[in-house]
Amino acid sequence: MKGSFAFTLALGDDALIAAQRLAEWTTRAPEMEEDIALANIALDQLGAARLLLSYAGELEGAGRDEDALAYLRDDREFRNCLLVELPNGDFAVTMAKLLVLAAYQVPLYTALADSSDERLAAIGGKARKESAYHLDHASLWVRRLGDGTEESHRRMQAGIDQIWPYADELFVAWPDAPVDPATLRAAFDETVTTVLTEATLTVPEAGWSPTGGRDGLHTEHLSYLLAEMQVLHRAHPGARW
Amino acid sequence: MSSVRQAVAAVVDPEIRVVTIDDLGILRSVQEDPDTGRVVVTITPTYTGCPAMEVIRADIRRALAAVGHPDAEVRTVHSPAWSTDWISDAGRAKLAAAGIAPPAPVRRDGVVPLTLAVRCPRCGSPETEQLSRFGSTACKALWRCRSCSEPFDHVKAL
Repeated sequence: MKGSFAFTLALGDDALIAAQRLAEWTTRAPEMEEDIALANIALDQLGAARLLLSYAGELEGAGRDEDALAYLRDDREFRNCLLVELPNGDFAVTMAKLLVLAAYQVPLYTALADSSDERLAAIGGKARKESAYHLDHASLWVRRLGDGTEESHRRMQAGIDQIWPYADELFVAWPDAPVDPATLRAAFDETVTTVLTEATLTVPEAGWSPTGGRDGLHTEHLSYLLAEMQVLHRAHPGARW
Repeated sequence: MSSVRQAVAAVVDPEIRVVTIDDLGILRSVQEDPDTGRVVVTITPTYTGCPAMEVIRADIRRALAAVGHPDAEVRTVHSPAWSTDWISDAGRAKLAAAGIAPPAPVRRDGVVPLTLAVRCPRCGSPETEQLSRFGSTACKALWRCRSCSEPFDHVKAL
């Protein structure tokens, strides 16, 4: 795959799968305000996904639009990181995932805004403002739960410990990409370490770090997610509202 | 202002119906080809996932068809990224009159907007608090006035 097509597809898949997972919280969040918040964050991710996948389709030049890319690929053709396909878990796990995702997307979109590719620069300039708000939101919750009761602290730490191994994949070097993710690691570490320290949580030790999402090698969770997301489109090709 | 531009500028936002797309800064330009007479309208979304964009496009085409331009084209651009600083003074006044607190100016030295005191759009009190960081649309948060106890929407500075 050509460098900028593969990269744009990977970013679009990250946003799309994150949107689908977050939307699973709708009507199930711990409180009404959070229900609205998670649905809104999912909507922002979906907005970014549509722009990125539409552009990826143009870069590929094979006539695939955003819908063809979202609904008509199988799991092995998706290039999202493993982090976003993991099950939501409890609320603390979801906030740990959102913290890691947003702390990666903010410097990523910020760097993309200065890209020489005008389309990617426009998407980055737009999406970074939304991601900054997501980061703010996740940081508030991680601090509130980490520095809360004994039980909320225990569960927030467990959420961070569970998610942490999946952060490494986000920063695997990709030298010919418009933005090499490896260059974003320092900003990510600084943001996350600050939040976790304020939350009285422990930054996990480096250890096992699964990868494979960027090569289409996913966890078993992605297939179930895709089955639900794609079923209508595949059962009724060309269906319109 | 040409009648064509007036027709487009009068299109109301489908989710906040007291303001027009021109008031909100969603409308970027209206151009008429001097030779063919074909109208090209350029708009920009407030948020990337804003679900109102499809309706706005349809409403623009309908408004232009009514003034004799059924073949108008509506283009969407994402750069420069929309900012609440683009909401006009008239737009801010209309929001406030409808009980929606308008956004504060965006701080320019960072990506995260600075939160300033939000005045209650009903009684004017600065004694307000945020109830929910997200609201009924992507661009709003939910607040409450501690003086008059009324909850109200606030357009988030972006």
